[in-house]
Amino acid sequence: MSGAEFVPLSLTPMLIGTFAAIACALPGNFLVLRKQALIGDAISHVVLPGIVVAFLLTGTISTWPMMLGAAGAAILAVVMIEAVRRLGQIEAGAAMGVVFTTMFAGGVLLLEQTDTSTVHLDVEHALYGNLESLIWLDASGWASLLDPVALAGLPPELPRIAVTLIAVCLFIWVLWRPLKISTFDEGFARTMGIRTGALSLALVITAAVAAVAAFDAVGSIIVIAMFICPPAAARMMTNRLEVQIGWSVLFATLSAILGYVLAGYGPLWLGAADAVSAAGMIATVSGVTLAVCAVLGPCRHRVGAQTSA
Amino acid sequence: MLWDALTLQLGYNATLVAIGASLLGVSAGVTGTFLFLRKRALVSDAISHATLPGVCLAFMVMVLLGGDGRNLLALLAGSALSAWVGLLCLNWLTRHTRLAEDAAIGAVLSVFFGFGIVLLTIIQTMGMGRQAGLEGFLLGSTAGMLWADAVIIALGGAATLALVMLIRRPMTIVAFDPDYAAAQGMAVHRIDLAMMGLVMAVTVVGLKIVGLILIVAMLIIPPVTARFWSERAEHVVLLSGLAGGMSGYVGAALSAMAPNLPTGPIIVLLAFGLFLLSILFAPVRGVLAALLRHFRFQRRVHIRQGLLAMAQGQKIYEPLTRRLLQRAGLIRADGVATEAGKARAAKALRDEKRWEIVRADQAHEAVAALYNGLRDIETVLTPDQIAEIDRRIGAPKEVPA
Amino acid sequence: MMLELASDQGATLEERDLNTSPLAVRGLTVSYGQKPAVFSVDMTVQPDAMTAIIGPNGAGKSTLLKAALGIVKPLSGQVSVFGYPLEDQRARIAYVPQRASVDWDFPTRVIDVVLMGLSRQLGLLGRVRARHKARAMDCLHRVGMRDFADRQIGQLSGGQQQRVFLARALAQDADLYLLDEPFAGVDAATEKAIISVLKSLKQSHKTVVVVHHDLATVTDYFDHVFLINTHKVAEGPVAEAFTAENLQNAYGGRLATAQIDQISHVSG
Repeated sequence: MSGAEFVPLSLTPMLIGTFAAIACALPGNFLVLRKQALIGDAISHVVLPGIVVAFLLTGTISTWPMMLGAAGAAILAVVMIEAVRRLGQIEAGAAMGVVFTTMFAGGVLLLEQTDTSTVHLDVEHALYGNLESLIWLDASGWASLLDPVALAGLPPELPRIAVTLIAVCLFIWVLWRPLKISTFDEGFARTMGIRTGALSLALVITAAVAAVAAFDAVGSIIVIAMFICPPAAARMMTNRLEVQIGWSVLFATLSAILGYVLAGYGPLWLGAADAVSAAGMIATVSGVTLAVCAVLGPCRHRVGAQTSA
Repeated sequence: MLWDALTLQLGYNATLVAIGASLLGVSAGVTGTFLFLRKRALVSDAISHATLPGVCLAFMVMVLLGGDGRNLLALLAGSALSAWVGLLCLNWLTRHTRLAEDAAIGAVLSVFFGFGIVLLTIIQTMGMGRQAGLEGFLLGSTAGMLWADAVIIALGGAATLALVMLIRRPMTIVAFDPDYAAAQGMAVHRIDLAMMGLVMAVTVVGLKIVGLILIVAMLIIPPVTARFWSERAEHVVLLSGLAGGMSGYVGAALSAMAPNLPTGPIIVLLAFGLFLLSILFAPVRGVLAALLRHFRFQRRVHIRQGLLAMAQGQKIYEPLTRRLLQRAGLIRADGVATEAGKARAAKALRDEKRWEIVRADQAHEAVAALYNGLRDIETVLTPDQIAEIDRRIGAPKEVPA
Repeated sequence: MMLELASDQGATLEERDLNTSPLAVRGLTVSYGQKPAVFSVDMTVQPDAMTAIIGPNGAGKSTLLKAALGIVKPLSGQVSVFGYPLEDQRARIAYVPQRASVDWDFPTRVIDVVLMGLSRQLGLLGRVRARHKARAMDCLHRVGMRDFADRQIGQLSGGQQQRVFLARALAQDADLYLLDEPFAGVDAATEKAIISVLKSLKQSHKTVVVVHHDLATVTDYFDHVFLINTHKVAEGPVAEAFTAENLQNAYGGRLATAQIDQISHVSG
């Protein structure tokens, strides 16, 4: 395939998909280890109502209000889940189930109440994204990467997800030690003076930011696959957190690129005319990766003396 | 209009949908209770998302066989099949790998859903031109529902409910204490699978009305709501069924009134309304009741500790304790005990001494277990017993000023 | 009882304890729901000594320790560490939690766990250098776990896990060591290894507080005891406070009288 075709049509969606997958997989490692994997589930379901409310308030579908709306909804959801869990003494899973389904229902209802057919805001798009449309029409080949005029025409999602990815990396890098200690042994972390409650909230907010930024690329449901599948698969490959992070980044990248290629070109190879959903295929590939690791990964089994007081 | 809706006078289909939604609500509430008590509420999330590939595959098979792919029964059968496969994956991941259940749930739900989306886009390009409203399965859609579809839903809801009632006893025992159930010779794993099978049935029946994302709400919110009102499992089951049924019935009726009131979200929001009332105002487990109890308890602890400190002539360090004592008229603003304060302090110290005797005496073991630092000794011992203890302590001592 | 001592002189004595004791707790009440686990407890830990916190199951031993460390939030009461508020003295405290309180499936190696003890020293971004590694290895050596440094923690036995926890505490180089049931479910060799490390800590003028459940070893291991059953029963040197009467008070009818007799003969 020539650069003239690849760069404008496939390069940007691939990069966006890859960045989104890594930005979600990094905090996902900690969420999975903390048995909070489903926070990702909850966050991703409330992105839709957040965006709808932002649209209703501003009347536009411009980027920043929507990002803020989605992030606000994610934080509101986290606070509500904590409130229901503590005040109602309800187990965390059920508390999440109550909160995110309700907010999702509210979002759908609001969406139906307003006429959004004129703007490009529909449930399906919110649910499974639109990676294929993030193309770079100003590019004419590899040379465009150095051409300021063409670069100005990059889809805005690309710099946005790139900035998000950098922010997520910074967060993990700076707070690596407290994150690791408090994930392993929260009581000990507190005696070291680590504010575990604040740290835990910061992790969830980071995950929410990643989910929101990844959302318009891959849709809100498939974000969950990026949170969970690469870290879960990576866990089966190693017994060291540092190495696990590396594997998870590798698996996330693999899923994003392979998923995009299979979605775009797979049907053509099979003789069909049209591509299938790239986001869906990325989730599928990440699932296959997980399945392979679950069957063959060297560290797939629980081992040794389990905790028995 | 609202009255017409609630009394089922908006036509056959609306009536059937309302009946179906109520039956669905009841069976979801009842089934969900067992899931909730088993602390596996979000397994329903995995099951429901895992229905999507099945719906799509069933549609594709029907089209390839020359049909138009709209047969609801076949679509539901397909969804049940793929949900079952998802459930088996979930079970396998948690039993045979080191993944915790939450990660397994997330993995199954997102991967199955993602694959379902891939299939949906294939269907879009299959040259059918239309998708037979498959997207309706995401969020539910009762608009344009056929009479036969409504009958299937109503019958399915009723059948599920009957099945739940049939195996509710073993499910209760397993949910409460799986080890005991196993010791009783019950096949815990199989009962769990049966429970999941029922969840799956509810999900499949509910797909058309509330959609696969919101069916989770009907399985989780009513049980959580009901839990606030009772400590007895069988009551929670009944109340949950009631809450689910009410939400389903009223929600379906309301949505029949106007085209832009989608059934699923309305039902979920009604259920959440009931939940909100319950978490705030339920008499024992509700937030208001708990807050009141906490403040009263904290006050008692502080006053008791303050009195004991006074009786022993110790300084009271905590500002809150001082404030509470002062407000109760037990100390003056300068921290000196009032007459009432001295008397109460002496009594508190004496009670503490009495408790000490009780706790050291094996004869009082049952009573001693009731000690929590706050309980008045008069409430657990007879005056004669107290007199006996007082004899052992000796004459009351003066409280140092 | 304390009330007979409660004079002005007693009060000043208490104030002084509050100022110098490695760990002083005043009027501490912790409650889970409506049931106090610890009620109005005063505790003054003696420096350069080993203190056992003992009491029946559910008597609030671990809760007392956790509240003193700020891990659980008390309903009322005050804690001072070396005469200062807890937050200012974090660096001087090392805590060994119950083994069952952490996820042993966590992807990390023995050496990494010990290095966690150095994280205050390392700060957020400080690199782990050879001298940190050497220090961690030295701590592992002291608990007899040097050869296990590269093992995944899930592969250890219960006793080995406990020793790794102790090595992590040693790495902190603290002045006050708080251990929650370190001997629960460990093998005899581990128990011996742990107690010898703790005794060496005492010799280098550290203070050690242990939540302990085995009455038979109290006199061998400890200098001071603190008996608790929701409220404080007794506190003092083993010879004075570890008496049959106090044990009866703490354990009530739950401890067989014969057992108390046996122990009181030992401590006798």
